[in-house]
Order: sequence, then structure tokens, then C-alpha cells
Amino acid sequence: MDLHIIGQQAVNGLILGSIYGLIAVGYTMVYGIIGMINFAHGEIYMVSAYLTAIFLALLTAFGLQSLPVVLFLTLLLTMAFTALYGWTVERLAYRPLRGSTRLAPWISAIGISLVLQNYVRISQGARNQGIPVLLEGKFRLQAAAGTVQITHVQVVIVLVALASMAVLTWIMHHTSLGRCCRATQQDRRMAELLGVDSGRIIATVFALGAAMAGVAGVLVTLNYGSFDFYIGFVTGIKAFTAAVLGGIGSLPGAMLGGVVLGLAESLFSGFVNTDYKDVFAFAILVLVLIWRPSGLLGRPEVEKV
Amino acid sequence: MTPLLTVEGLTMRFGGIAALERVGFTVSAGSITALIGPNGAGKTTVFNCLTGFYQATAGAITLQGPTGSLDLVAILGQPLRGSDFLDPVTLARRLFYKMFGGSHRVTRAGVARTFQNVRLFKEMTVMENLLVAQHLRVERNLLAGLLGTPGYRRAEQAAVARGLDWLQILGLRDAANRLAGELPYGDQRRLEIARALCTGPRLLCLDEPAAGLNPRETEALSDLILRLRTQHGLTILLIEHDMSLVMRVSDHVVVLDHGEVIARGTPQAVRQDPRVLTAYLGMEEEGGP
Amino acid sequence: MTGRDGFLDAARWGLLALLVFGPITGLVLDGYQVVVHWQQPVWLAALVFGGRLLLNGLLATGPGQRLARRLARGRAGGSVLVVAGGRGHGRIWILILLALLSLALPFALSKYWINVATLALIYVLLGLGLNIVVGLAGLLDLGFVAFYAVGAYGYALGHQYLDLGFWQAIPFCAFLAACFGAVLGFPVLRMHGDYLAIVTLGFGEIIRLILNNWVEFTGGPNGVRVPHPSLFGLDFARRAKEGGATFHGYFDLPYSADHRVIFIYLVLLLMVMAMVHVVVRLRRMPIGRAWEALREDEIACRSLGINHVGIKLSAFAMGATVGGVGGVFFAASQGFVSPASFTFFESALILAVVVLGGLGSTVGVIIAALVLTILPEVLREFADYRILVFGLAMVLMMVWRPRGLLGLRRQAYGVDP
Repeated sequence: MDLHIIGQQAVNGLILGSIYGLIAVGYTMVYGIIGMINFAHGEIYMVSAYLTAIFLALLTAFGLQSLPVVLFLTLLLTMAFTALYGWTVERLAYRPLRGSTRLAPWISAIGISLVLQNYVRISQGARNQGIPVLLEGKFRLQAAAGTVQITHVQVVIVLVALASMAVLTWIMHHTSLGRCCRATQQDRRMAELLGVDSGRIIATVFALGAAMAGVAGVLVTLNYGSFDFYIGFVTGIKAFTAAVLGGIGSLPGAMLGGVVLGLAESLFSGFVNTDYKDVFAFAILVLVLIWRPSGLLGRPEVEKV
Repeated sequence: MTPLLTVEGLTMRFGGIAALERVGFTVSAGSITALIGPNGAGKTTVFNCLTGFYQATAGAITLQGPTGSLDLVAILGQPLRGSDFLDPVTLARRLFYKMFGGSHRVTRAGVARTFQNVRLFKEMTVMENLLVAQHLRVERNLLAGLLGTPGYRRAEQAAVARGLDWLQILGLRDAANRLAGELPYGDQRRLEIARALCTGPRLLCLDEPAAGLNPRETEALSDLILRLRTQHGLTILLIEHDMSLVMRVSDHVVVLDHGEVIARGTPQAVRQDPRVLTAYLGMEEEGGP
Repeated sequence: MTGRDGFLDAARWGLLALLVFGPITGLVLDGYQVVVHWQQPVWLAALVFGGRLLLNGLLATGPGQRLARRLARGRAGGSVLVVAGGRGHGRIWILILLALLSLALPFALSKYWINVATLALIYVLLGLGLNIVVGLAGLLDLGFVAFYAVGAYGYALGHQYLDLGFWQAIPFCAFLAACFGAVLGFPVLRMHGDYLAIVTLGFGEIIRLILNNWVEFTGGPNGVRVPHPSLFGLDFARRAKEGGATFHGYFDLPYSADHRVIFIYLVLLLMVMAMVHVVVRLRRMPIGRAWEALREDEIACRSLGINHVGIKLSAFAMGATVGGVGGVFFAASQGFVSPASFTFFESALILAVVVLGGLGSTVGVIIAALVLTILPEVLREFADYRILVFGLAMVLMMVWRPRGLLGLRRQAYGVDP
């Protein structure tokens, strides 16, 4: 086993992991605040990949030349619109179900997933879509017997992922919105009695989570260049795996889980078998849930009798 | 009097917080024992340990059965210890309980309970609630049920009859075919007791049975509890805040505060105990100002 | 709400719709360019605006308010009815009539429609199986397709490697699927409900990916051919195999490919009827009561001495068995299986059958399965929108009538001495 291959797979894994982590944030925040797994979250990410390509093309058509400006505007627009999608989904498919049976939000979420997938398929066509290569160039690092390549896009991915995580953490810990979120998470009834509009807070959490998935969508599209209407499902489950692995409900856990899963998957496909990398990821999900459902950073739940 | 249930050194920790610290008491066969204490004293935690919902951190809970005593902590399934591997019998027992143990075994041993916040099968009828409680006594063979064999039908009829008997005793007979969730609150509480009784327990644990009842209903409840002991030979352990009920029905009172037993004895003795007064009224040890 | 408020509210929704639909429906990617289709989002937004305006207007009137109250009551779940035991004679006659009608059906239909009916019956079977797990026991299984795949591949590969015929495959695959269900269920059923859903989902995907990637054993994405079933050794082929006889030869009929299709339909129909009977009985048996009790309150169940893991496992294994049998029939009627038939969408579709039928209702599941499979065939020109409409129906159902379109019925017990 060569060191430079390990290094290369580790770099790829880190990139993949940052993406998973960004999407996992949405699962973890929503789970933290209303204890529900937002199954449609993966599809929001899928929508964001389309939005990325659309806004890139649109901004280019308007004659914007400077690449950083175009990318930054695309990122902002995509985040705004995916947040809108997240908000709308919560408003239409989840909010009316508060206080309903435990199965109801799940079924509604599966319904929304089918709707989003097919809405995009019908509007945008079933074929693969893509964007041109925007950032070329790579760094080469000398490792023992070969080189490890790090493309500029990959550097951008890590930087943007870190920056958006930092902003999100800051929001959660240093703004009144974040305080209300954490209060609602601890005890919704009490927070409401203290004047927190919990409905608005929950919707905001959905929107924030969706915006993070939007960031992931932009970054993935920059890195891989192509996507279709079906990418949300598998990536969604893997991001959920990351959230569980890190400890669902915990923000740093989501990022950590994402990186661990990304590395594991990347090393597995590098050294064991590429065909079974998804099987490996799902197997991790199943095993973690069986043996350590509280994940790496989560606290174990005490059953209420 | 022979003890039916013995609790020794029961300790329960959640994370670092000790909810129970070396709690010990006994429940004599045929007695009515009350477990009282201020809010947060750990009464329900004791119940949850007794009925197998929590795995106690340390201590022993022993139930005297007709065939010998049974450790209610071990049958929940404990983690394996190094020393087990030296003793195949212990190992086998531990492995068995780890795989197949759980709170349901406690009920099978003869302990039934109700819950503080009534837990009924709301969308099932009253009779169905009682039939579920008799799950272990009816014919569960799939084929017998699918074919409707005479044995199966007899067992079902017997179960319905037993359910009706308890409904009669608790005054709910007319409600047999109503949905449990539709009953008024007081009836729901009694139905929960009837359901616990249908499991055929020797020890009945009632968690705040009078909560939310009006004085007349509470009065009827205390009559019922006394009747269950005298006419049906049950041993009863109850958690209760309503002191008039506790004083009226119980033979023995155990007082918990901050997870420790601070007093036990007859209701009269406990009532006089200065430590109990302190715990309840928050008085200074030296006396009031 | 006054008229002005209603209008403003509708306008807000219309604006939101314009924003949400704008980029995806209005700006269509074409290579690296976008083509503007401004009419689509505008129409959609107008639709939302109009719909909301109409709704607000309706809610302002007396009948509208009454309707809203009725819907709200349906949502609160007060739709369970206790009915006295003893079926009327009328109902028995209706059942017999329905049975005869469905037995006679294939002789009046073309081969295409018999195939549609067969597929519909497969969904009825799968729906009944999943209904045990989701509707009765309240366990959300998002990987039901795994057991369906086990059944289908069990038959296909069982024939290839063990030389199993159709009739041996049914019990074999039922058993195999039950084993898969038990092996998955035992560690998984201790965990709390939401995790169960995700784990079953993961399991379903794992099975599909293995079928797809283990090319040497399963044939990979190319799939496996499945032999046609036979009746007491009589083949439904045009020419008999070495030393065998054909169905049409034995009965001296002219050869027709329809015979095989009709045969599968009839066997499946009998299977479905048996299944309906079993499910109806199970609901009144101790195991069925325990399933429902578990759905209502797991902790109370445990306090009654019920081994919750064992009961869940039995529901899970029972559902898996039915799924496996459904898979055998699917393989037999298609003559070919490939991993593409066992995607998550299939699980979602079966779940849709159970949900739209009203979780727990047997009649509802049957009707929903028939409607969901036959309706798309009738409305061919809307095929593109089929899944979209399923999804919408699932959401709307949860919002308005989470307990199903038909109310649930519970049987009363004879109380008088």
C-alpha cells in the first residue's frame, strides 16, 4: 500500500466528507429541534445542484466576467433559494402534522421526496446536466513514492465548508436567533411560554439546514460538474449516516461524522472495492445504529416511562 | 409476615447524577405499602427499577415466588463480567437474559404496574385492552387461531369472561366495547388498574392512582384498593401524593427524599417523624423561626 | 378573515409560488445555457393564487367552515368505529359475488389487461404484507422491497442453481424471506422507531446493490431469466420438454400464450384471497391484538408481560414472508428479474398503498392497491405525472386524513352473559 495513494484517497475523502457534513447539518438541526428525520432533505440538496447550474448560466448570460464574483453570487442565490425550498417544505408538509402520529411526518417526507424528484425531472428533463469546468489547476505534494494532487476546487470546497460551518456555529451561539433555537430544542413548551415563536424558529431551522445543503450543492457541482435528478437519495442517506455517526443533534458531530464517513468511504473504494462503497456506507449506518445509536459526540437517550 | 419483595442497596445513576442511593425496603405479602416523598424524590425511579424499565446501577430486588426467589435485576440482562467466563452456569444465565430478558419477564414473574400518565391502548376497545393483558394466558398458536380450533375458542372465551369479571369489579362493565381513549379520565385510570390485574399479578404497583381524581373518586379508589387486598389476596405497592388516601389504606409507609429512604414504618409513626416533616415542609432542623 | 385579508394572503402565497417555481420551472438547463420558459412559473403561481383565493373565499362561508371543521375532526383521528359482531348475510353474498367475478375476470380480458390485473394483485399482496408491519404493528419499514427482491431472486436463482420449480419456490422463498426478516429484525427492532425506518431503508439498498454488483452469482444489472410455472408437471409452453407434457396438449386445447397468464392470475388470486382471510383472522387473534397494542403504546405492552421484541419480530417476519411470496409471483409473471425492479421507489409505492388505504384497514389496502396500479394504466397520457401525483397524495393524506379515507372498524365483543 503506497503512502501517496493513501494520501490521495485521504484528500478525496476529506472533500467528500465536507460535503456530507454540510448536508448532515440539516438533518441534525431538524432532528435536534423537533426530533424528526427530515427525509426530504437529500432532495433539497438535489434541487440546489440544479439551482447552481441555473444561476451560473444566468449570471454568465448577464455578462458577468469575474469568476469569483459569479461564484460568490451563485452561492448566495443558491443558498437563498434552497432556504426558501426548505421553508416551504416545512410549511406545507410538516407543520400541519405537528401533534399527529409518529408515522405521519415520515410518510409526508417520502411524499415530498417523490414530488421534488419528479418536479425537477418534469421541469428540467431526465438527462444528466452539468456545468463547464470553471477552476483549473492543482497543487502537487511530494509524498514518499509519488505525488498527491489537490485541485484548486478542492481547496475552495474545504475553505467554503469550514467558513459556512463557522458562520452557522456563530449564529447558533451568539445571536438571539441561535439562543431561541437552542431554547426551543431544550424545551419547546417553556420557550413558547417565554415568548419564543417556536413555529417561526422551527421554520428558520429548516431554512438554515436547507441553505447548508445549498452550499453543498454548489460545491459538489463545482467539483464533479454533472448531476441528475436522482442524486439526492443516495447522498441524502449518506449524509444522514454522517449525522448519526457524529451523534444526531450535535452540530460539530455532523461535521465530524461527515469527515469520518468520507474518509472511510474513500479509503474503502481505494483499497477494497469501488462497486461496494455504497454498501459499505450503508453497512456503517446499520452498525452504528445497532451498537452506538448516540454516535461519536451525542448523548445517550434515557427512555421516558 | 413474610416479605414478598425485598429491595436492598438499590442505586440508580443517570450519567453522574444519582437518582437513587442505596434504597432498601421490604413489602410484606398481603400488605399495602405506600411509597411517598416530595417531588423528584425518586419514587417513580424506584418503580421503574422494580418493574424492569430501568436497569439498576447496583443493588438487588428479590421477589419471593411460589418456587423460590427471583432476582428482578438480573432478568433484565446485565453486561457480561470477566468472572462469568469461569462459571458456565452463570454465563449461560446471563447470556440468556441478555438475549431474551427484559421488562416483560418482570411481569411474568408476577409484578404488574400502572403509570403516572395513564398509558392505555387508546384506539382499541376496553375489552381489547384487557385481552392484550392476558396475552400470556390465551392460546397463541398461530395455526389454532387461523383454524379457530375449539381449544382456541375456549381460551378466548375464558379471557373475555375474565376481562368482564374485572370490569364488573371496577364498575366498567358497560364500557366494554367503547374505545379506551374515549372514556372519561377517572374511568381510564380504573381501566388501567383492571388491565394490570388481568396479567394475574401477585404484586400490584400503582403509580399515583389518585392523581387527577376528585375527592369522591379518590374515596372510591381507596375502597377498591382495600377490597383488592382483602378479597383478591393482592399485595399492593403504591406511590401517592394524596396523604388522606395513604393514611387510610396503607399498613406500611416508606418515605423517600433525594433518592434515599429517610423513614419507614406505620403511617402514624411516619407522620410524626421529624425528618419527614422537614423533607415535606422544608423546616429547619432546629425548628421554625 | 375579511375579503381583503383573504386576498392579501392569497397574493403572498402566489408570490411565494412564483419565487419557488421560478428558477426550476422557468429557467430550463440546455447544455451550459438556460432557456427561459417564463409562462410556466407564472401559470403555477396564478394557480396557487387562484386556489388560495378560492379556499379563503370558501372558508368565509358557512358551509366552508363546516367542511373545515369536519376535516379537522378527521385529522384528530376520531374515525374509529366499534361495530357489533356477526356479519350480515348480505355481506357474505357480496363477498361471494366479488370472488366469482374476479375468478371469471381473466376469461373476459385481453392478455395485456390480465397482466395489469396480475400486477395489481401482486400489489394487493404486498400491501397486505406491509400493512401488518406498518399498519398493525406500527413499525415503519422503508426497505420492504428487500423481501420482495429476496422472493423474486430466490425463485430465479433457486431455479438456476437448485433447480427449484414454481411450486417449490413459493414455500422456499417465503421461508428465505422470513429468515432475512428475522436476521435483520433481531438487532434492529430494539431501536427506536425512526432509526428502524432508516435501517430498513439501508438494508433495502444493500440488497439491491449486492444484486447489482455480485455479477457472478446474480447476473448483475442484466438480470436473470425466470422459468414459467407449471401445473402438476404440465408446462404452459408450446412444445413439451423432454419427457414432459404440455397443458394444451393434455387438455387437448389449441395452444395459447394466454393460458399461462391466466394460470398465474388465478393462482395469485387464490393466494390473495387466502391472505385476506388470514389477515382478517390475525387481527382478532392474540398476536394481532399484541401488534396493535404495540403500535399504540410499547411501554404499556412491556408492562403487561409482552415481549415487545418477539412480537415485533413476528410482525416483521410475517410481513417479510408475504413480501417474499409476492416476489415469486412477480418473477413468474414477468419471466425475468433485474435489480432495477427493486429500488427504493418500489418500497415507497407499496408504502403509498398502505397509507392511502388507511393504515391498518384491510379493505382500504385492497382498494388502494387496485387504484394505484390500474389508474395509471387508464391515464396513460399522464404517465409522466404519475409519481408526482403519488407523492402529493401521500402528503395531502397525512395533512387531511392521516387515518385513511375509510374509517377503521373494530369488532365488538359479546358482553351479555
